[in-house]
Amino acid sequence: MNQLKRYAGIIWILLGPLAAVYLVRTAMAEVAKKPVMDTYIQWGVFIVVFIPIALGMLLFGYFAWKGEYDHLPESSAEIEED
Amino acid sequence: MKETKSIWKIIGASSLGTLIEWYDFYIFGSLATVLANQFFPKTNPTAALLSTLATFAAGFIVRPFGALFFGRLGDLIGRKHTFLLTLVLMGGSTFLIGCIPNYESIGFLAPILVLLLRLLQGLALGGEYGGAATYVAEHAPANRRGYFTSWIQTTATLGLFISLGVILITRHSLDADAAKSIAKFNDWGWRVPFLVSIILVFVSIYIRMKMNESPLFEKLKSEGKVSVNPLKESFGHKTNLKMVLLALFGATMGQGVVWYTGQFYAQSFIENVCKIDFDQSRTILIWAILLGTPFFVVFGAWSDKVGRKWIMLTGMFLAIISYQFLFNQLLNLSSNEGKVELVDKKIINSSLVQLDNGKDTLRTVTNKVFYADGMSISETKKDTLYGDPVMHTVKADVKVVKLLGTTDYWKMVFYVFLMILYVTMVYGPIAAFLVELFPTKIRYTSMSLPYHIGNGVFGGLTPFIATLLTTIYANDKLAGLAYPIIIAAICLVIGTLYINNKIDPDVND
Repeated sequence: MNQLKRYAGIIWILLGPLAAVYLVRTAMAEVAKKPVMDTYIQWGVFIVVFIPIALGMLLFGYFAWKGEYDHLPESSAEIEED
Repeated sequence: MKETKSIWKIIGASSLGTLIEWYDFYIFGSLATVLANQFFPKTNPTAALLSTLATFAAGFIVRPFGALFFGRLGDLIGRKHTFLLTLVLMGGSTFLIGCIPNYESIGFLAPILVLLLRLLQGLALGGEYGGAATYVAEHAPANRRGYFTSWIQTTATLGLFISLGVILITRHSLDADAAKSIAKFNDWGWRVPFLVSIILVFVSIYIRMKMNESPLFEKLKSEGKVSVNPLKESFGHKTNLKMVLLALFGATMGQGVVWYTGQFYAQSFIENVCKIDFDQSRTILIWAILLGTPFFVVFGAWSDKVGRKWIMLTGMFLAIISYQFLFNQLLNLSSNEGKVELVDKKIINSSLVQLDNGKDTLRTVTNKVFYADGMSISETKKDTLYGDPVMHTVKADVKVVKLLGTTDYWKMVFYVFLMILYVTMVYGPIAAFLVELFPTKIRYTSMSLPYHIGNGVFGGLTPFIATLLTTIYANDKLAGLAYPIIIAAICLVIGTLYINNKIDPDVND
C-alpha cells in the first residue's frame, strides 16, 4: 500500500502544474472572447485563488512520493519532534 | 446526567450562533437579484463591478483569510472569545446591510458600504465554523464525538433552510394581493430578513457569554503550552502542513463540491435550466433539506462506530456515479414531452404598448398551456414592432416558467433529497474527522483553512464553473456536472489511499 501511495504521488505532482496551465489558458481564451471588466475579475480571482492550490497539490504529491504519508502522526509530540 | 445536560447546553449555544451566521451569509446570496437592483444597477459599470467583487471576494478570497485570522486568534486567546467576536461581526454586518439607503438615495456610497459589509461577513464566517466545531469536539466524550459534532454540521443546511423560509414568508406577507406583496418586498421588504438577524444575534451572544472556555484549551493555558505562533506551527512544520494538505485534497475538497452541488447548483439548475417557477424551485429545496437534515446526525453518530473515512468517501462515490442520472431526471420531469395538453384551457394574452419614441410598439404575448398531470407552462414573448418597416426584432425576449403537477413535484423533491443525503454523508462526520486530525494547540487554525478552501473555493465556485461549462458546451445541459464529478473523483482517490479510518481516542494532545 505504501508503494502505491508513493507512486500515486507522481500523479499529484503532475496534476498541480497541469491544472494551473489549463486554468491560465482557459482564462486567456475567455478574456479574449469577452474582454469586459466582469470577465477580467472573474478569471483574475480564479487564477489568484487556484494557483496556490495547484502548488499545494504539487507539494502534496511531493510529500506522498517521499513517503511522508506512509505513517500519519498520532499526537502533538510527533509534530513537535519534527 | 449533569455531564449530558452540560454537553447539550454547549451544543445548543454553539449551534445556534453558527446557524445564525450561516443564515446571515445565505440571505445575501438568496437575495442577490433584489440587492443588485437596489445597490448595483447594471446600467452603471462601476456599480456592477462592485457587485462582482462582492460576490466573488466575500465567498472565495475572504473566507480562507477569515479562517487564518480568527483561527490564529482562537489558538492564541481561546475558542470562546474568538467565536463570540465572529458572531458580533457577522450579526452587525448583516443588520447594517439592511439599514443602508439604496443607490438612488446615496449613490456610490451604497454599493461600497455593501461590499465592505459583505467582506466582513466572509471574514466572520471564515472564523466561526472552526471555532464552533473545535469547541463542541473538545467537550464531547471520545466515543460520541461524531454524534455531538454532527449537530454543528446541521447548522449550515438549516441556515440555508431558514433563510429561504424567511424570504418566502416575507415576500408573501407584505400585502393581501400577491403581486403587490412581491413588489413591496422588492422595494423595501427585502430589508426585513437582514434586520431580523440582530434579534437572533443578541439572543445568541447572551447564551454564548455564559459559556465556559474549552477544557482542553484551558488545560493548555494553565500548563503554559498555548501556541505562540499558530500560523507558523500549522503551516511551517512539515508534519502539520502535510496534514493540512491531506485534509484539503483527501476530504474537504470533495465534500465542498458535493455540498454545493446538492444544495445550490441543484436549485439553480431547477430554476434556470428546468425553468421551474421561483417559489416552486425553492420549496422543492426546502422540503428536501427538511427531510435530509436528520441524516447529518445519523451519519455523525454512525461514524463513531465505523469511523469517519468510509462514510464520507461513500457519499462522494454515490455522488460521482449518480449525478448525471439525477440531474437528467430533473430535466425529464420538467419536460412536457409525452404529456397530454388540455387544449380548451389554453390561455393566450397579448398586449401592445407604444414606446416613448412614439413610433415603435412593444408587443407582449403570453401563452399559458395546461397539462392533464397538473403541469402548466407559461411562455412570455416580448418583441418590438418598429414604425420603420425596414427594421425588425432580431431576437425576441422569451421567458418560460413551468409549474409542476403534484406527482412530479414530489418526485423532484425526492431526487434533490437524494443529493442532500450525499451531503449529509460527506458533511456529517467531517467536523470530528478534522478535529481528530490536528493537535489542540493549533487545531483552530489548522482545521479552519482546509475547511474554508474546500467549501469556499472548491464548493463555492461550483455554481459558477458548472454554469460556465454549460455555456461552453451549450448542447449538453448536464455539462456543468463535469466539475463536481472530477473534483470529487480526485478527492475520492486521495482519500481512499491516504486517509486512515482510525477514530482518535484522545484529542487532548
